[in-house]
Amino acid sequence: MLTLAFSSSHFFQTVAFGLAIGAVYASLALAIVLIYRTTHVVNFAQGEMATFTTYIAWTLTANHGWSFWPAFFATIAIAFVLGAATERVIIRPFERGDPLTLILVTIALFVIFNGLIQWIWGPDQKFFPGAFSGTFTIRGVTIAHQDVGVVAVTLATVVVLWLFFRFTKMGLAMRAAAIAPVASRLMGVRVGWMYAAGWGFAASLGAVSGMMVAPVVQLNPSMMQSILVYSFAAAVFGGIESPLGAVVGGLALGLLTTLLGAYVSWIGVDLQLPVAFTVLIAVLLIRPAGLLGRHVVKRV
Amino acid sequence: MAPLLELRGVQARYGPIVALHDVSLTVGEGEVVALLGANGAGKTTTLRAISGLVAKTGEVVYAGSDVRRASPERMARLGLAHVPEGRGLFPELTVWENLRMGAYVRRDRGGVKADLERAVQHFPWILERRHQHAATLSGGEQQMLAVARALVARPKLLMLDEPSLGLAPLVTQELFRVVHELNEQEGLTVLVVEQNAQIALTVSHRAYVLEVGRVAVEGSSAELREHEGVRRSYLGY
Repeated sequence: MLTLAFSSSHFFQTVAFGLAIGAVYASLALAIVLIYRTTHVVNFAQGEMATFTTYIAWTLTANHGWSFWPAFFATIAIAFVLGAATERVIIRPFERGDPLTLILVTIALFVIFNGLIQWIWGPDQKFFPGAFSGTFTIRGVTIAHQDVGVVAVTLATVVVLWLFFRFTKMGLAMRAAAIAPVASRLMGVRVGWMYAAGWGFAASLGAVSGMMVAPVVQLNPSMMQSILVYSFAAAVFGGIESPLGAVVGGLALGLLTTLLGAYVSWIGVDLQLPVAFTVLIAVLLIRPAGLLGRHVVKRV
Repeated sequence: MAPLLELRGVQARYGPIVALHDVSLTVGEGEVVALLGANGAGKTTTLRAISGLVAKTGEVVYAGSDVRRASPERMARLGLAHVPEGRGLFPELTVWENLRMGAYVRRDRGGVKADLERAVQHFPWILERRHQHAATLSGGEQQMLAVARALVARPKLLMLDEPSLGLAPLVTQELFRVVHELNEQEGLTVLVVEQNAQIALTVSHRAYVLEVGRVAVEGSSAELREHEGVRRSYLGY
């Protein structure tokens, strides 16, 4: 069943690619976790918001002559504003409401963003330049800069976000607002703005994942749709409330699907997704709270 | 001198249910005022109305300004610290993070640092437990932490809602000892809602008794300890 012609060079290239695509899943999964933790909303539009902002980056580079990195950082900022505005305008009226209503609202957002993308930029594929090109060779294994770059950028984003939540006053207030909104208000926290900031950071993370994956899959209106499915899986796999779990889950899922596709011949590309989800269900059967799901210690 | 807080003819309702019919009370600077009454008399609602968690009609003047329509966020900025029913801690944040949240509205870093140290002086156990989640503390420790957190805000007015609820008598005494100390030494103004009238009337200067959303009795705590109705209904002798 296993492909026997095993080359270590091919193996390491596959691992690098798997981790890179896993990093993309990880940042989108983290965005989903962030929104779930702050506003208890499962945001089905996360992928389309990421695609939308990636198109903004494309406009900046292709139409306005910006180079990649300035466009990258400007897009992160624009995405933050877009995410925060989406929360204030569209999610806020349904805040802490019926979960089913909120699911419907985010599905509507999915359709709205997808429609906006096609309306503004058209249905065609666009060439999206990557920040990283070329390859390097280490011990006879040739690795694409793109793969290493994507993993590095994602991990850097995660670390920055972690530092923010762990060490800043606003980060602390955002966590407090997610845990106990009323108590936070009594401390003077403007809870609504904390929710908006949560959506803002999530949209920025999504933008990072979109800009990282666009050079690989090419920019098109449905670019993030299958990635969103993997990211949801990664988020649940890691325990929907655990940021670390989302990152680990994303990387593991990327690696797993890529390796399975490459080395188990009967799986190939077609069965990658079903097999990955079978594994996911198996994990959830053993650990219902997910890989790193929280066990809240409580003394009454 | 004008009182720090004055309520005149305050009414509040939850939907169609009127919780406060007509509450008038004052809290002077440096006073400890107790709010007594049976379950459902409107004690908690009075505190929630003051801190802006419940909409109300009537007059509410705090530190010289009309705050009838002020939000809880605004009241916190005006120096009101409200330790709500159930303590309002953040169970999944550490003890130290909970404490730091108390200083959220403050911008004077040096002052905050000094006040964190002051809180630790009042409750020394906080230091060794600072990395623990608040949820892992005992009920008494949680209540102490909630008070400590309120102190870090350096409030003009501290409102405590049933601090003794679920606490062992010794822990309750310890808590009120600290409140008394803060009032004596630092002139902290306190409005406390309490079921335990005995201890509340010992620590407070003045008290109000609420009955069905109205002030039924008011006076100095010494007077109320001798008041026959209060004795029979709330002190049990």
